[in-house]
Amino acid sequence: MINKILASPADAVRLIPDGAVLLTGGFINCGFADELLEALHVQGTRNLTVIANNPSVGERGMSHLLRDGRISRLICSYSRKEGTTLIEDLLESGTLALEIVPQGTLAERIRCNGAGIPGFYTRTGVGTPLAAGKEHRDFDGETYIFEPAIKADFALIRALRGDRWGNLSYDKAARNFNPVMAMSTAVTIAQVDELVDLGSIDPEHVITPGIFVQHVVATSVATRKS
Amino acid sequence: MNNLTRQQIAWRVAQDIPEGAYVNLGSGMPLTVSDYVPATREVMFHSENGLLGVGPRQAQAIKDMNLVNAGNIPVTLLPGGSFFHHCDSFVMVRGGHIDISVLGAYQVGQNGDLANWDLPQGRKAPAVGGAMDLAVGAKKVFVMMEYFAKDGSAKIVEHCNLPLTGLKCVTTAYTDIAVLDLINGKVFVRELIEGITLHTLQAETDVELHASPQLALLKPPALT
Repeated sequence: MINKILASPADAVRLIPDGAVLLTGGFINCGFADELLEALHVQGTRNLTVIANNPSVGERGMSHLLRDGRISRLICSYSRKEGTTLIEDLLESGTLALEIVPQGTLAERIRCNGAGIPGFYTRTGVGTPLAAGKEHRDFDGETYIFEPAIKADFALIRALRGDRWGNLSYDKAARNFNPVMAMSTAVTIAQVDELVDLGSIDPEHVITPGIFVQHVVATSVATRKS
Repeated sequence: MNNLTRQQIAWRVAQDIPEGAYVNLGSGMPLTVSDYVPATREVMFHSENGLLGVGPRQAQAIKDMNLVNAGNIPVTLLPGGSFFHHCDSFVMVRGGHIDISVLGAYQVGQNGDLANWDLPQGRKAPAVGGAMDLAVGAKKVFVMMEYFAKDGSAKIVEHCNLPLTGLKCVTTAYTDIAVLDLINGKVFVRELIEGITLHTLQAETDVELHASPQLALLKPPALT
């Protein structure tokens, strides 16, 4: 019997060693796997590379990892965190390396890795400081830059519902990067609000098919089912 | 002379959004544009975080924080709206499916270059978000800005000296004094507020301004 369900966030993050490269879903403060990130903080994991649209503005999870210096490298489109100078402080102290990537390029670089594509050419960023050092190439009289696929070890994602095969559905704008990241890594861990029986997510409404998900963890509010 | 308020600039942008358009509104000032689109016009607003058919803000009592726009403001979804993941959202943006992108601007070059994401001064962590994708991907780029920077210089310039967001991408600049169309490397003044002439505006602007054939008065309604 296939059963991808793990008992707790702590069990799930035990798989993640120091130095791991993580994709974390979420946009602004919506759709983050906050309980997995919090469990990673409690576990004491260090020297992490985090790829996310933005550092979560919530008080749990990524905020604690950043505050305690556990994240050594952040790749994101938007590093500003409202209401705090945490990121500015980390950058000035030299303890955080930062790479800024345009949001669409970030999504596509993540998708590419999942699709077995080493990279792609895009017009986004041409002529800007973010094109510095990148390969430029003309197609049909337009200039493009090359953007490589992003390779990560784990994806920590958030969904509304999940079953024991790892099929997932999402809640409105909390979908964002989560399905893209799920496709991209060999080990995707999904934090779900609700565990449901096989077949109870209408196949037409499965957004992430279980093939992309290795582990499913329900958070405390969830109804547990096999 | 009565410079336009931010609401009046948003109103002016909204008048140029036609029925049936797919429109992305950048965070900050552009998000208010949807408030001023005439109710009789069907316009589909796209939000980069995976929404099409964005409706008005949520009533205070609802506060569903899984239904927000790109500025983290709780919004509603109109009947016929849809949700999708980030790659699909940026296929819409980068693949030329969005008709109009409305963005803020620090500087606009007369050739349409846009600088709107990074200021050299100040202590702020860098943030580009989707601006570079929107600048090159949308069919038209409308920018909203004050005509003059804080130091009194015009924000429409010969060459941008701030970090660029995109090259030759701005179609029209909507400001508190004038509406400017950027066509083939030239700046055409389409509308001016009362009390300003092309001549007086030119005196305070380094880049050469041309009169649009349909040069008209920029006169928004009083808005609160």
